[in-house]
Amino acid sequence: MKEFWNAFTNGIWKENPLLVIILGLCPTLAVSGSANDAFGMSLALAFVLIFSNIFISFIRKWVPNDLRIPLFIIVISTFVTIIDYSMNAFQPELYKNLGVFVPLIVVNCIILGRAEAYAYKNTVMNSLADGLGMSIGYMLVITFIGIVREISGNGTLTLLNHQLLYLGDSYRPALIMIMPPGAFLVMGSLFAFKKWLNARKERS
Amino acid sequence: MISNDMNLFMIFLSACIINNILLIRFIALCSFFGLSNETETALGMGMAVIFVMIMSSSVTWIFFHYFLEPFNLLFLRTTVFILVIATLVQLEEMYIRKNLPVLYRSLGIYLPLITTNCAVLAAAFLGIDYKLSFVKNVVYSLGVSCGYTLSIVLLSTLRERMRTAPIPKYFLGYPIAFFTASLMSLALLGFSHLFGL
Repeated sequence: MKEFWNAFTNGIWKENPLLVIILGLCPTLAVSGSANDAFGMSLALAFVLIFSNIFISFIRKWVPNDLRIPLFIIVISTFVTIIDYSMNAFQPELYKNLGVFVPLIVVNCIILGRAEAYAYKNTVMNSLADGLGMSIGYMLVITFIGIVREISGNGTLTLLNHQLLYLGDSYRPALIMIMPPGAFLVMGSLFAFKKWLNARKERS
Repeated sequence: MISNDMNLFMIFLSACIINNILLIRFIALCSFFGLSNETETALGMGMAVIFVMIMSSSVTWIFFHYFLEPFNLLFLRTTVFILVIATLVQLEEMYIRKNLPVLYRSLGIYLPLITTNCAVLAAAFLGIDYKLSFVKNVVYSLGVSCGYTLSIVLLSTLRERMRTAPIPKYFLGYPIAFFTASLMSLALLGFSHLFGL
């Protein structure tokens, strides 16, 4: 049970996929212009990550070492196709906003990285915990970026298709924040903040 | 947006500059920041991407229109494309190593990296999403890969200059590279809506 908990919390902060291992940047920057899209993207990624982790850890004893990467890719692309088609059917608007980034989950480094570094070597339960932890870690960061960019760049905040915040007509949004340069700006500031936190922790 | 009724030059321009794959569309950022420390590496990677992307997007186009579509197997698109690209990169590596040793010495180490480069897969998907004809698809992938090379080489030259610059302690490494990319992206944004694209 302790191992399960450790594998779970590891992904959320200590080995956060975005802030610490720095993997899977492309969808993070591309779809975080609105909090709703960012959250939807993280759910799609969570689905693929958790199920591919479970499945790969389940079949790991029968997978020959030389053939593992092609097999991982087939497993991952199957789950990507499932989420691709379900999202197209049930959330067509979100699917349109995410565009090519849904099929591109298949080359997302987080998923192949976790399959190779964790699921291939650990039990099914621990891989489930790892997948959950990594997904939540990813979700927190990408949704945070989405919230910051949407509020500053558009003056609104929409989550789960509900509008939570509207800053009114007198608010003049900084349009650059929802355009491509804003994504690099927020992400760079986040990295600098993480560096500052680490340095402060070492000093004390 | 790119469509099949644009002429070849417009498709190239739009793919290369206006919808630059790295700075505007945010695809393949891992290699963008990972391999841009030195200009020589960046140039090698860029050349390898141009080479592989043109080959792979032509092959996936043929696969899609002559194999997946007639047999109604569209749901296999993602799986087939990634396997085709991975196999193709392997074959190309073997061919180059055997027949073109000079090229292999300059591109060899970058070729395996390209299998996981999402730009190659993305160009294949986008060319089909835009419903381009075969020739236009080749020009489109040439444009995308030239845009990739252009921005990764520019970033690497900037990062080489930055090594001697007085950068605040917490901004060293990734943060400053992101801020640089942000300014480059801002510059490219100036080209948007050029010729009504």
